[in-house]
Amino acid sequence: MEGMKDVILEYVTKEYLEDDSEPLNYDTPLISGGIVDSFSMVSLKRFLENKYNIQIPDDKATPEAFDTVTKIASLVEEFVGKK
Amino acid sequence: MSHIGSYEDRLKGFSWSIAEQELGYKAGDVINIGWYCTDRVCQIGKAAKTALIHEGISGVERRYTYDDIRLASNTIGAFLRSIGLKNGDRVCLFMDRIAELYIGFLAVLKIGAVAQPLFSAFGDESLFVRLSNAETAAVITQKKHAFKVRKILDKLPHLKHVIIVDHDGKAPLRDREVAFSLDDSQPVDNLEVYPTKAESPSVLHYTSGTTGQPKGVQHVHSSLVSQYLTAKWVLDLRDDDIYWCTADPGWVTGTSYGIIAPFSLGITQCVLDLGFFAEAWYKFIEKHRITMWYSAPTAIRSLMKAGDDIIKKHDLSCLRHLASVGEPLNSEAVVWSERVFGRPFLDTYWQTETGCIVISNYPGMEVRPGSMGKPFPGITGTILDPIRNDPYRAPGKIGLVGLKFDWPSRMRTYWKNEEAFRKKFRNDWYITGDRARMDKDGYFWFVGRDDDVINTGGHLVSPFEVESALLEHPAVAESAVVSKPDPINLEVVKAYVTLKPGFAAGKDLELEIMNFIRKKLSPLAMPQEIEYVDSLPKTRSGKIMRRILHAKEWGEEIGDTSTLEND
Repeated sequence: MEGMKDVILEYVTKEYLEDDSEPLNYDTPLISGGIVDSFSMVSLKRFLENKYNIQIPDDKATPEAFDTVTKIASLVEEFVGKK
Repeated sequence: MSHIGSYEDRLKGFSWSIAEQELGYKAGDVINIGWYCTDRVCQIGKAAKTALIHEGISGVERRYTYDDIRLASNTIGAFLRSIGLKNGDRVCLFMDRIAELYIGFLAVLKIGAVAQPLFSAFGDESLFVRLSNAETAAVITQKKHAFKVRKILDKLPHLKHVIIVDHDGKAPLRDREVAFSLDDSQPVDNLEVYPTKAESPSVLHYTSGTTGQPKGVQHVHSSLVSQYLTAKWVLDLRDDDIYWCTADPGWVTGTSYGIIAPFSLGITQCVLDLGFFAEAWYKFIEKHRITMWYSAPTAIRSLMKAGDDIIKKHDLSCLRHLASVGEPLNSEAVVWSERVFGRPFLDTYWQTETGCIVISNYPGMEVRPGSMGKPFPGITGTILDPIRNDPYRAPGKIGLVGLKFDWPSRMRTYWKNEEAFRKKFRNDWYITGDRARMDKDGYFWFVGRDDDVINTGGHLVSPFEVESALLEHPAVAESAVVSKPDPINLEVVKAYVTLKPGFAAGKDLELEIMNFIRKKLSPLAMPQEIEYVDSLPKTRSGKIMRRILHAKEWGEEIGDTSTLEND
């Protein structure tokens, strides 16, 4: 799980964090913190699906489930585990 | 009893002078929106009244009285003047929904400059197009967004100042940058407000069309008259209301009804600087006892999707009146809100160019779920025959929404694009670009856009802009952008692309292109799906036939293909 969290954290930092921003940690609020908006969530979901070869149903890809790296990793684990 | 009372009675002998009298304004007087939203409200005895309750991302709450925003807007205004900004200069506000955005907007207007708010999620290319077209003199922004301005600075010779409102000294200021802190500035009690008149330019909002670059919609200070009255009669804003408009001031709803209307009415309003989050939104309503809530269909559908159980955890009995804006409100959402909140969201119809609500549902008037409602008193609306360009005589026929162009907040032109402005009229009717029908009782019913503009989450995205940006990606040879249906956002952007030799179609490339557009233009413009094709449908003259792709996405009849290149 920690390895996955690092991968997700690195991706979010690279793709969504703007210059001069405070660094993220596993529990930084991403959606509620305004770092990733609802439209940008689509590309984040796509990254996770490509990276881990999974399909995340739309009803599971909620702002709540995507709000922190920890929660995202937890969601991904659920679908990786089902393969 | 609502402010509007009987809609039918209000139609008789209507005059905008109702609003002018309430504002204490006479034709020919000085009229400055910034002054009306601050100084005047203080003068009529509301200086100590809470104007703004702001809650930031970290949950930190700050309250501002009308005297606070009067002083703060004076202070910012004085600073802007001190660095050489003056009336007529375009000043862009490029910030998240922080207090400086709302107050800074009023400050720009107070010095007679033109406020140019831009959505803070715009990428550098979207920013460049709008700043260069407007020949913007200054950008007021935050350190987190300054890097986008830096990327394009060399291409903006008119841009003299980049004002950073939260500079913390950790990194040095760069070329043309200057720091300004509202909290650390000495409050300015007296600012000479520039004596703008009815036709003085006030706000410049950019809007996307099918072809060409986004156009600057030019508004004037007398827009206040219709923004004030429509807020009073449609949103039914009352003196003791706690109001929440969820729109970002980067868009016209966020300025017309998120700043100008509520402040000029002397209302208390709340701002939540947070993206969509059902639990947080309901908590916010409960905490501040919000009574009037003006939101968007995308958000409402997201709330529906989040489920009713969350609502039960909060006391939302404070909600008195609800309204919706940005795109047609589907009937399911109207019925749902009546069930869970005890009242329906009233659909309101207008656009950047109209500056205020033009067709709407009203308190006390029968709501027909799914209908846009009826024209606001004083506004003449019709459905035009698109061939004859005259109003249909019989109800029920689908045609173009047309308006007699004579209400105070109508745009005056497109910035440096009179030709595009003239094209908005047919037989002296202003064409909104939407198709609708009118029923026998005068209710309007939205059918669709008359052009290829994509309305996603209530915001217009130009396929042309996205296609142009796609062509800048090294892998893309040709592109066509259309909308595809979406249960939450109504429609989202989809791109069809052909690839250059040496590039392989695949999921990783799709994601790379999506992120490329997201960062270059905005998250709204990002295609949510990219489909690789060997070729795009074109006419024999080489024009891409988007309507064929559109029909495929929406399950519609493709129509005439006789001009198709490879038919």
